[in-house]
Amino acid sequence: MRVGAYWHCMRGVVGRELLRFVHQRSRFIAALVRPLVWLFVFAAGFRMALGVAMIDPYETYIRYEVYIVPGLVGMIQLFNGMQSSLSMVYDREMGSMRVLLVSPFPRWYLLICKLLASTLVSMVQVYVFLLIAYLYGVQAPLAGYAYILPALLVTGFLVGALGMLLSTFVRQLENFAGIMNFVIFPMFFLSSALYPLWRIREGSYLVYQIASFNPFTYAVEMIRFALYEQLNLTASGIALATTVVLLGLAIWGYDPARGMLARKGGE
Amino acid sequence: MADEIARSPALEIHDLGFAYGATSALDHVELRIAAGEFVVLLGPNGAGKTTLFSLVTRLYDSRQGVIAVEGHDLHRHAIEAHARMGVVFQQPTLDLDLTVKQNLLYHGALHGMTRGLAYQRAMEQLSRMQMQESLHRRVRQLSGGQRRRVEIARGLLHYPRLLLLDEPTVGLDISSRRALVEHVHELCAEQGVAVLWATHLIDEVHAQDRVIVLDRGRIMADGRVDDITAAQGVETIGAAFDRLVDEEPS
Repeated sequence: MRVGAYWHCMRGVVGRELLRFVHQRSRFIAALVRPLVWLFVFAAGFRMALGVAMIDPYETYIRYEVYIVPGLVGMIQLFNGMQSSLSMVYDREMGSMRVLLVSPFPRWYLLICKLLASTLVSMVQVYVFLLIAYLYGVQAPLAGYAYILPALLVTGFLVGALGMLLSTFVRQLENFAGIMNFVIFPMFFLSSALYPLWRIREGSYLVYQIASFNPFTYAVEMIRFALYEQLNLTASGIALATTVVLLGLAIWGYDPARGMLARKGGE
Repeated sequence: MADEIARSPALEIHDLGFAYGATSALDHVELRIAAGEFVVLLGPNGAGKTTLFSLVTRLYDSRQGVIAVEGHDLHRHAIEAHARMGVVFQQPTLDLDLTVKQNLLYHGALHGMTRGLAYQRAMEQLSRMQMQESLHRRVRQLSGGQRRRVEIARGLLHYPRLLLLDEPTVGLDISSRRALVEHVHELCAEQGVAVLWATHLIDEVHAQDRVIVLDRGRIMADGRVDDITAAQGVETIGAAFDRLVDEEPS
């Protein structure tokens, strides 16, 4: 296959995902409503109870709304990544995943195209959310909105690869919906998305330890720092390394010769 | 090497085996389909037809046996092998919310085609099926027979040398089924594409077809309709089929 052919394949997979996204307006609205409820309702309520001390990367005391925006960005990507994986299980059940898997490209490449497509969809959602947050008064430095692009790419791949890996363990859609609940909620709540780690430690050392091992914590911190034009090397490194590991496992899981699908006797 | 590949059969399967855990699904399957040949893979439900298709398309993988498409080993040269095959799965695989054009262009992209080339091929295949007017219709608006035709058009978009159809008439009425069988026979004759048509329906077999009877994962018969009926000492392929699949495995 020529290099150009790889490009056309990627364009096709991404284009299809975007088309599906455009056709599913309710999905777009749902993806926005969830974080907006947190921003407008929960944050208003928790503001007084939680308050946030001066922490990096913020240079001063901030409102709780400001603190949770990066976490809500992560939330959008987390839900989108899982939803995309859910659609992979659906596609597998309905058969359209087969069309992708029998095309003449290496399977790892096809899966990366699929992840890229879902990540780009989540990035569209994130920027619309950030625009609304900006109009609401949660304003980061303008350059920060460009700085978060690579962070969003990494986070999108991280949660997408996790969902893809999970999708190799289940054959039926119903099972996957259950698994999602056991993944999404712990991942989100046991992270620094809603409260800083130091505050979690004050409440429960065990929860703090769990949150410290949660890769989503590092993805959120990577986004938080990037939004304020800073690079958190530790968070970025851990998020990137986790992405590579999860992606490797997901590709292995979809390998018909070696992965989970092979053990279950097929696609 | 190039000459060798050019002379290779469209599909060659040697000593293929596969099991779901301890249950054997395919047992020492041998199969060879020449370029431009139409072959019916006939077997009852659960005979192993879909497993065989899944192995040939490499959705499943087997450690036992060899599968080659136009001489390209599926394990070692999966990309070359996949590029030469078109597949129509048993389950419909078109995206219902996209138009026919969008579905076909997507498939073209999955075979590395530019949009322009994919569009040209899509029009060519749709005209052949007299379905050009459906180009901008959403797949959801098409009848079952039309959807199957679009799937076949999609399977042929990249000019494969081997077309695999796994029970493509499932869910269609009798007239649509007949039309589809005729259509694929014509394609086979016109384009020289080798076809492996899996079915459990006897009435989809033409008198001149080569038939492979698969049951409990084993090939029970392989030959022209006349040869099989003569070998079984019966008048019709239906009677021969009944006799073959009733036999106890040795």
